[in-house]
Amino acid sequence: MSNADYNEISKNGLWTNNVALVQLLGLCPLLAVTGTVINGLGLGVATLLTLVLSNSSVSLIRHWVRPEVRVPVFVLIIASIVTTIELSMNAWFHDLYNVLGIFIPLIVTNCSILARAEAFASKNKVLPSMIDGFMMGLGFTAVLVLLGGMRELVGRGTLLADAHLMFGEVARNWTLVIFDDYTGLLLAILPPGAFIGLGLIIAGKNIIDKRLSKRQAQAVQNTGQEAIA
Amino acid sequence: MQFKTTSSPHYTPENSVNTIMRRVLLAMIPGTLATIFFFGWGVIINMLLACVVALGTEALMLGMRNRAIKPYLLDGSAILTACLLALALPQLAPWWLTCIATVSAIIFGKHLYGGLGFNPFNPAMVGYVIAIISFPKEMTQWVPPLLEGYTHLNFLQTFQVIFGGQVPAGLSWDAITMATPLDTLKTQLGLELSINDIHQHEVYGPMFGAVGGIGWEWINGLFLAGGLWLAMKRVIDWRIPAGLLGTLFFLSNSFALYDYSSFTPPTFHMFSGGIMLAAFFIATDPVTAATTPRGRWIFGAGIGFFIFVIRTWGGYPDGIAFAVLLMNMTTPLLDYYTMPRAFGHHWREFPQHTKKHDDE
Repeated sequence: MSNADYNEISKNGLWTNNVALVQLLGLCPLLAVTGTVINGLGLGVATLLTLVLSNSSVSLIRHWVRPEVRVPVFVLIIASIVTTIELSMNAWFHDLYNVLGIFIPLIVTNCSILARAEAFASKNKVLPSMIDGFMMGLGFTAVLVLLGGMRELVGRGTLLADAHLMFGEVARNWTLVIFDDYTGLLLAILPPGAFIGLGLIIAGKNIIDKRLSKRQAQAVQNTGQEAIA
Repeated sequence: MQFKTTSSPHYTPENSVNTIMRRVLLAMIPGTLATIFFFGWGVIINMLLACVVALGTEALMLGMRNRAIKPYLLDGSAILTACLLALALPQLAPWWLTCIATVSAIIFGKHLYGGLGFNPFNPAMVGYVIAIISFPKEMTQWVPPLLEGYTHLNFLQTFQVIFGGQVPAGLSWDAITMATPLDTLKTQLGLELSINDIHQHEVYGPMFGAVGGIGWEWINGLFLAGGLWLAMKRVIDWRIPAGLLGTLFFLSNSFALYDYSSFTPPTFHMFSGGIMLAAFFIATDPVTAATTPRGRWIFGAGIGFFIFVIRTWGGYPDGIAFAVLLMNMTTPLLDYYTMPRAFGHHWREFPQHTKKHDDE
C-alpha cells in the first residue's frame, strides 16, 4: 500500500464519503444526543473507538470467515466491542455514560460500523482497515461536534457546557457563555433542531463541493488553453 | 377572405398570484380591524414589523437564489404570510420573537423548498410552530380584549413592552396580559371544574362573552364574512372551510351532547381562537392545500378533526398550526388518491397510476 492510498482513505472518511453527511448513516444517535458539544464528542469518540477496533478485528479474520455467515460474525464482534466500551465508560466516565444512556449500547446498530466492516475491512489488510475506521470515525465525530456546537450555541447560548463529564474536574469552568442573559431557542435543543441543523450542514458541504468542482473545472480549462497556446 | 382573429377579449384572467393575494388581504381587513379594536396597538406594531422583516428576508433569499427580486417581492405572498403570522402571534410578543418567527417562515417554510409554489407546508404556520415550540412563555402574552379590571396600554406603552421588554411603571404582566378563553378553559377543566362553573367564575367568567369569548366572537365573525366573500369570488374553494368547520362542529357537538360539563360547546369552538382565520385564510392556501374537490373535503375535515383533538386532549390550548401542518403533509397522498375521472374514461380504468407513469 502506498501513501497515496492512505490519503485517499482519509479523504474518503473525512469528506467525500463522510458517514453522517454523505452516507447519512447512524442518524439516530447523531440526531438524538447532539444537544451539546460534549455529548456529541463523547458519542463520537465512542463510535470512533468501535470503528477502529471492529475494522481491525474484522480485517484480521477476513480469510477464515465464510461469506455465508459473515454478517452474524461481524455483528458478534461489533457487539462485544461495544459492550466493552460501554462497560469502560460506565466505569470511568460514569456521568457522561448516564447522559448518553441508551445510545452507547445502540452503537451496535449504527449502520456505518457494519457497513465499513462489510465494505472495507473484510476486503483489505489490517493497517488500511484500521486507518479507514479511524478516519470514518473522525469524520463522524467532527459532524457530531459541529452539530452539537450549533445546537448548544443557538439553544442555550453556551459552548462546552458540562465539559467535566468528559475531562474531569479541571474542565468544570471551561463553559463559554457566548450570549449573556439568553432566553434560549428551545427548538434547537429539541429533535427538529437536529434535523434542521444537519440539513444546513449538508447544504454547506454541497456548496463547498460545488465551488471546489467549479474551481477545478476552471483550472483544467486554463491548463488546456495554455497547452493549446 | 380572412377573419380577423384576436386573442379572446371576452375574458380577463383574474387568477394571477398578485390578484389572489390582494383579494385575500382585502378580505382580511374587517377581521383585522376588529382585532386591532379589541387587542390594541400591539396588532399594528406586530403586523408592520412582520411585514418589514418578511420583505427584507424575501429580498435577501431571492437575491441569494439569483431570482428577479422585484416581481416576486411585489406579488404579495410575503406580506400575506407576515400578516397571517402577526395575527396569530400574541399582541405583546417581544420584537425578536416576531422577527424569528417571520424569518423562519420565509426561509425554512418557503425558500429552502424552492420558493412560492414549491413549499409543502404553509409558511406562516411553520413560523408559528417554531415560535410556540421554542418560546412557550412569551407566546402567552395575550392582551385582555377590552375587559374591565385590566389596564389597556396606549401606543407608546405597547411600543415599550414589545421593543424594550419592560412592563410600564406601576403595572405587572398580570395586569396587562391574560390567558385566552381557550387556554383558561383548558387549565380550569384540568382542575376538575365543569364548563358551567368556569362560565360562572368571578375571575374567569367575564371573558367568555356570549359565544366564543369577548372580542374573539366579533373577530371570528368578521373573518367569516371576509372568507365568505372570498369563497363567492372563487378565490378560495368553499369545500375546505366547509369540511373544516363541519367536522369541528360535528365532533364538538357530539362530545358536548355526550357530556356537556367537560366538553366545550360547538359555538365556542367555532368562534374562539383563530378558527375562522384558519378555515378561510390559512387552510385554503392554494400551494399547500389539496387540489381535487374530494381531496379538499378530506383536507378540510382532517384539519377540523386535528383541531378538535388537540384542543380537547392536546398539550396546547389551540392546535390550528399543528393541524394545518399535519394535513399539509398528506396533501400529495390526497391528490393522488382522489384524482377525478378524466372525461371519456370509465372509473375502472382511471386513474392509471403505474410505476412507469410516476417515474416519468
